[in-house]
Amino acid sequence: MSRITECFNNLKSQGRKALIPFVTAGDPDPKVTVPLMHALVESGADILELGIPFSDPMADGPVIQLACERALLHGTRLTDVLDMVAEFRQTDQTTPVVLMGYLNPIEVMGYSVFAEKAKAAGLDGVLTVDLPPEEAGVFNQLMKAADIDVIYLLSPTTEVERVKLICAAGSGYVYYVSVKGVTGSASLNVPEVAEKLQMIRQHTDMPVGVGFGIRDDASARAVSEIADGVIVGSVLVNKIAELAGDQDKIPDAVAAITASMRQAMDK
Amino acid sequence: MPTKEDLAIAKQMPDAGGHFGQFGGRYVSETLMAALQQLEQTYEMLWRDPQFQAEFDYDLAHYVGRPSPLYHAERLSRELGGAQIYLKREDLNHTGAHKVNNTIGQALLAKFTGKPRVSAETGAGQHGVATATVAARLGLECTVYMGEEDIRRQALNVYRMRLLGAEVVSVTSGTRTLKDAMNEAMRDWVTNVDNTFYIIGTAAGPHPYPKLVRDFQSIIGREARQQCLAQTGKLPDALVACVGGGSNAIGLFHPFIEDADVRMIGVEAGGYGIETGQHAAPLSSGCAPGVLHGNRTCLMSDDGGQIIGTHSVSAGLDYPGVGPEHSYLQDIGRAEYTAINDDEALHAFRHLTLTEGIMPALESSHAVAEAMKMAPTMDKDQIILVNLSGRGDKDIHTVAEIDGINF
Repeated sequence: MSRITECFNNLKSQGRKALIPFVTAGDPDPKVTVPLMHALVESGADILELGIPFSDPMADGPVIQLACERALLHGTRLTDVLDMVAEFRQTDQTTPVVLMGYLNPIEVMGYSVFAEKAKAAGLDGVLTVDLPPEEAGVFNQLMKAADIDVIYLLSPTTEVERVKLICAAGSGYVYYVSVKGVTGSASLNVPEVAEKLQMIRQHTDMPVGVGFGIRDDASARAVSEIADGVIVGSVLVNKIAELAGDQDKIPDAVAAITASMRQAMDK
Repeated sequence: MPTKEDLAIAKQMPDAGGHFGQFGGRYVSETLMAALQQLEQTYEMLWRDPQFQAEFDYDLAHYVGRPSPLYHAERLSRELGGAQIYLKREDLNHTGAHKVNNTIGQALLAKFTGKPRVSAETGAGQHGVATATVAARLGLECTVYMGEEDIRRQALNVYRMRLLGAEVVSVTSGTRTLKDAMNEAMRDWVTNVDNTFYIIGTAAGPHPYPKLVRDFQSIIGREARQQCLAQTGKLPDALVACVGGGSNAIGLFHPFIEDADVRMIGVEAGGYGIETGQHAAPLSSGCAPGVLHGNRTCLMSDDGGQIIGTHSVSAGLDYPGVGPEHSYLQDIGRAEYTAINDDEALHAFRHLTLTEGIMPALESSHAVAEAMKMAPTMDKDQIILVNLSGRGDKDIHTVAEIDGINF
C-alpha cells in the first residue's frame, strides 16, 4: 500500500480529513524549504505538495508565478527539489510528499531518470498539470514501476466520460480544481463543489482532494465536510512572500496558518 | 530523404490525437480539455461543410482581398544574378499580413459556437490587429495580451487595436514578450472558458490549433502553387518563409509537401547570432523536444527544463518554441531550417525597399535575406518563392530607432 493510500485510510478510521498544504520548493530560498516542510507536518498537515519551480506556470495566478520566480532566482532545479524530498525523508518516513508542476522540467530530465531519482528520494506522488492521461502512457508505466502515485486534476468542466478515464489512469487521490481559473483567483462555491464530488464518487473509490479557492479556516472547514482532503496553496505562498526578507520566521508563520485550519477542520 | 510514401503520410498529419510524429499533442490543464474537444468537433464538422467553406472563401476574397499576388521581383533577381525571386504578397492583405487568413477562419468558428468574446496573444501586434479587426466586424468583445516589451516596440499596432475596440493588456511577467503573452492568454481562457473563444495566432498550441491554423493558412500555398505554374509553367525550386511559431511558413509549405523536388526552407530568427545564445531559433540551433503551451515541439530550454529568454529584432519571431509540424518536417527531412541574424534582416528590409519599392515586415525580412543569400548560388532559370508574410510599416519605428531618429 502506498504511503498516500495508508495516510487516507488512517484518517478515515479516525473520522478526519487530510490537510494538504502546497508550497513552491526553493521559495524564497532553498534553505527554507525542508524546515518549512517539517513545520507544516507538526502543525497538522497530512500530505505535502511541493511545487517544482517553472519559468512559465500557465495554470497559476500571480502569487505562485512570483513564488516560481523567487525560487528560480536561486536556481532551484528539479534535481534540487528531489534532494529536498530526500533530506525531508531522512527524519520523516511517514508523511507522503507529492511533487506538483509542469512537464518540461521532467521531460528534459527524462522520464526514466526522474522515476529512478524520485523513488530513491522517497517521493510518493507526482501531479503534472499539463500532462493529461491521453499523453501519459509511458510516464504512467514508469511511475507505477517506481511505486509513485500519479495524481490527476479534475475540473468543473470535466464531463462524466473523462472522469472515468482520469480516475482509471490515476492513483493515490484525485485533485478536484474547485473553480474555473488559475490558482489563487476566485472563491469556491461549496454546494456546487459538493454536487460535482457526488458525481466523481460514483466513478471512483479514490479519495478526492479539493483545491483552489481555500483561503481561511472557514473555507477549509467547509471543504473538509464534503471532501477527503483540503488543499491550500496561495494563502501560504502569500505569507512566504510577505516574509521573504525575514526568512527565519517563515516556517512558524506559515505553520500557524495550517495549524489554525487543522483546528477548524477537526472541530 | 523521405520516400513518396513518407510524404503521403506527412501530408495527412496530424493523427487523431493531434500528433505529428513525436510532436504536437494536447498538453494542457484539465480545465481546458473540454473546450479543446468541443473546438475539435466543431472544426472537423465545419471544415468539411460546403456552406462554411463558401463563407470562408467569400470573406477571403471580399474582405481580405485574396488572392494575393505572386510578384516577380525582377530588379532584385537581376541584381543578385542567380535564381528568380518571386514574392507571395501576403503584405497586401487587409490588415497587412497573413495573420488575417487565420483570424477570419477562427472568427467563423467563434460565431458558430456562439461565444460573445474572443481573446488572443500577440507579438508584433499583427495577429492582435487581425483579431481585433474580425472582432469589430462581428461585434465580439476582444481582449489582446501583449508583452510590455512588445507594446513598446509596436506602439502603432497597439493604438490600431484600441481604435478597433479591443482591450490591450500589457503583460509584465517573465520576459515580457510573446511567450508570456501566450501564458496570460491561456490563464484568461482557463478563467473565461465558458464565454471566450481563444484565437491562437500561430500554428502552435494544443491540438486542434496547429491543424486548424495550418488549414486556414494553407490558402497561401494553394494560391502560390497555381500562380507559379500559371506564370512560369513550373513549380518553384525552393520555398522560403520566416518561422517564429511558423503559421505563414506552414501555410505556404503544406500544399507542396508531396512535391518532393520543391525545397522548403524555414528561416528562424538568429538574433545576435546562434553562437551568442541570444536568438529565437530552436530548430536551426538543434534544440531537443520539450513541452510548452500545450504541445510537444523543439524548444529552447535549459538543462533544468526552464524556458530560455529569446532575442530577435522582430517581435513576431521572438518565441522559444515552434509549431510542432515544423519540428516534424525537420525530423523527417522534408523541410530545412536555417537562421538569419538581426543585422542581415535589417539589411534585407532596406534592400527590398530600395530595389522593389516593397517594405517588408522585419519578420518577413528574414525570409528575404535568406533568399538573397541563396539566389546567387542558383541558376537563372531556377525559382525561389518567398512568402512576404507582412508589410513593414509597423517596423518603421524600430528601424528609425536603430538609425538614431526619434519621431
